[in-house]
Amino acid sequence: MAKELMSGNEAIARGAYECGARFAAGYPGTPSTEIMEAFATYEGVYAEWAPNEKVAMEVAIGAALAGARALAVMKHVGVNVAADPLFTVSYTGTDGALVVVTADDPSLHSSQNEQDNRNYSKFMKIPMLEPADSQEAKDYVRLAFEISERFDTPVFLRSTTRVSHSKSVVALDPPLPPEDRTAIRFDAEKYVMVPMNARKRRVEVEKRMRRLEEYAETFSENRMEIRNPGIGIITAGIPYHYAKDVFPDFSYLKLGMVYPLPAAMIREFASRVRKLYVLEELDPFIEEQVRALGIEVTGKAVFPYTSEFDPGIVERAISGNAPDSAVLPERPLPMRPPNLCPGCPHRGLFYLLGRMKVFVAGDIGCYTLSFMKPLEGLHSCICMGASIGMAHGMSKALGEKGRGKVVGVIGDSTFLHSGITPLLNMAYNHSDALIVICDNLTTAMTGMQEHPATGFTLQGEKTTGVDLERLIGALGIENVRVVDPYDLKATRKAIRDGLEKSGPSVLISRRACVLFKREKPYRGKPYRVDPEKCIGCRLCIGLGCPPIAWKKFTDASPIPERKGKKQEGVSYIDRNLCTGCGLCRQLCKSGAIAEEESIDG
Amino acid sequence: MGDTRGILIAGVGGQGILLASDILCRVFMAAGLDVKKSEVHGMAQRGGCVTSHVRYGGKVHSPISRKRDVDILVSFEKMDTLRYLDFLKPEATILINTEELYPPAVNLGDAEYPKDAVETARLSFQKVKSIDATNLASRAGNVRAVNTVLLGALSACLPIPLETWEEVIRKSFPAGILPANLEAFRMGRVA
Repeated sequence: MAKELMSGNEAIARGAYECGARFAAGYPGTPSTEIMEAFATYEGVYAEWAPNEKVAMEVAIGAALAGARALAVMKHVGVNVAADPLFTVSYTGTDGALVVVTADDPSLHSSQNEQDNRNYSKFMKIPMLEPADSQEAKDYVRLAFEISERFDTPVFLRSTTRVSHSKSVVALDPPLPPEDRTAIRFDAEKYVMVPMNARKRRVEVEKRMRRLEEYAETFSENRMEIRNPGIGIITAGIPYHYAKDVFPDFSYLKLGMVYPLPAAMIREFASRVRKLYVLEELDPFIEEQVRALGIEVTGKAVFPYTSEFDPGIVERAISGNAPDSAVLPERPLPMRPPNLCPGCPHRGLFYLLGRMKVFVAGDIGCYTLSFMKPLEGLHSCICMGASIGMAHGMSKALGEKGRGKVVGVIGDSTFLHSGITPLLNMAYNHSDALIVICDNLTTAMTGMQEHPATGFTLQGEKTTGVDLERLIGALGIENVRVVDPYDLKATRKAIRDGLEKSGPSVLISRRACVLFKREKPYRGKPYRVDPEKCIGCRLCIGLGCPPIAWKKFTDASPIPERKGKKQEGVSYIDRNLCTGCGLCRQLCKSGAIAEEESIDG
Repeated sequence: MGDTRGILIAGVGGQGILLASDILCRVFMAAGLDVKKSEVHGMAQRGGCVTSHVRYGGKVHSPISRKRDVDILVSFEKMDTLRYLDFLKPEATILINTEELYPPAVNLGDAEYPKDAVETARLSFQKVKSIDATNLASRAGNVRAVNTVLLGALSACLPIPLETWEEVIRKSFPAGILPANLEAFRMGRVA
């Protein structure tokens, strides 16, 4: 059997393919994105990016109702968007199989919160499997599909960033030949969830839960490893490996299914060890259920509630031992936060917004980074699509005080995800806010995924791309303009015009992401600062562009001539990083910045 | 624990750290060892800190090392070396690329770039080697091959035959940039 180094995400895609699933829908979001990208490359599969997770879920539900083995893929907060159909498909089940991947993000590596989606499994009465590494990720997808078919239920597969983005060795299996079980079948009593039918299904759900509780007792991936009976640890997912790393000789109850739990197995394990721990990141999800069985257990009393764990955290919590504190030099280091790329089309737009004394309701995307110094051009970020509704609400609440002072900004992919309905609301309810769509022609933050305006599908086929201007016009907004954010003067004027007009306005700030190769992003000659002309005003520094640095006179050699008593240094541009976008040249009042070859010497 | 050993590769988004750690994992696999690696993506191209843990041995459990448990630190950026010293065993080896990439606060003039990272690391660790990987990469014919230069330097610290490394590297780069990367690897190995 071939062995391959695979990420958890690649292994989930492989597992789905191996067990005969040929249908998947999702919306990109770290740490889940690579699952769909990997699945889409297998032969004979259908895989699509939907505009958002709710649509992806409904697409997968439709496929599963038709009898397919369907996969829906999203990050943890995506499940919030998809929650509405999920709560009710739990009642109906499907004729095929439905597996929902939720990729959680403990430590908020790339998210706005660290919600623990295991709670959804209990809330929705949907069983959940949780793999601890890539091999299990692959194996559990097959098990999830089997459970879905056997119990007529959707099944969650929960990953975390550490499992999704770690790589480990996976033994590949030959893919099963896909079986076509699709057909049109009619069963209104099961699938029309009006009260009279849903009440009956509600009872079926409870029967199913009891059967699943029994199944959990014999589920192959719930296993006891009895070694030293002194300490027993109940755990699931990646924390199992952290613990095995530092305490290889303890006893373990490793749960592959985190909901429902195997009560009898837990009782037996508890009776075979003297001191019992539940080891789990985030919420005391398993711990509370173990306590409800009347079993004494230590969990969040010693383990943190927040952030992901590592072997050191597990070791300290259980043994109380901290590794010897090394004698290391105390050096405060400048932080290295992520930053907009050199040549990023968002930079000019947010530079201007940050200097206009307007409130900028922001959204989810690369541009969210512009809340930081020196741009400071974004003032809130809650969830996908929130900017538009929030800008409208703020503008209404402020009334006259807010006139011309409230902006909502949203990326193109985020706008199509969940910005259309709030914009429709702005037209409907006579809003005065200005909405700026930062259209970089792709889903940039997660790595250039297609969306309904790019003209291509996930599997690379050409398709209709929605025309944003016409779409916005059709919502009832007449004041729509497009501007190139590389042109600071035109962009400033367009923002001012939009703020001054009464009624809703939309400004589309359009230029391809500088990393998006297909659109051949602009690459000009690098710019250079002439130190003899630079007056040290630091305007260009205010762009926060990575190639532009401030050189104090004390660091420069030879020291250029001072143009004023107060001048403390000059700007400098790293030619290897500069893409030649020219924003700094537009800001420079002393004419010190020019394309390289046009400066003598 | 047990026979598991840990390597930490650290630097700045865009420096080729993830490819380097992929190659390293494949080398360990080719040498018949179990291996796991872990990193966090998402911000990788946006100039933020990027770290990749690689752990190898007979049977590896955790894909990340705890503090004071890493055997080798490969630091792709000079100053950033100092961020990860608390992950290292006292007898750890440190390989430092002497390239300086200024974070925003330094560019803004709000903070000083600490120039003495190599000297500071030497105060607490015996085996510290600094490498001008950017210079070596451009001499090898591809300025972006900094990651391959540093893999070469790392290879000199590990008991794995040169042929295994070169075989994996041959499979990891397209033909056009392979010769420069093989040369970069060899230069790093003897640096």
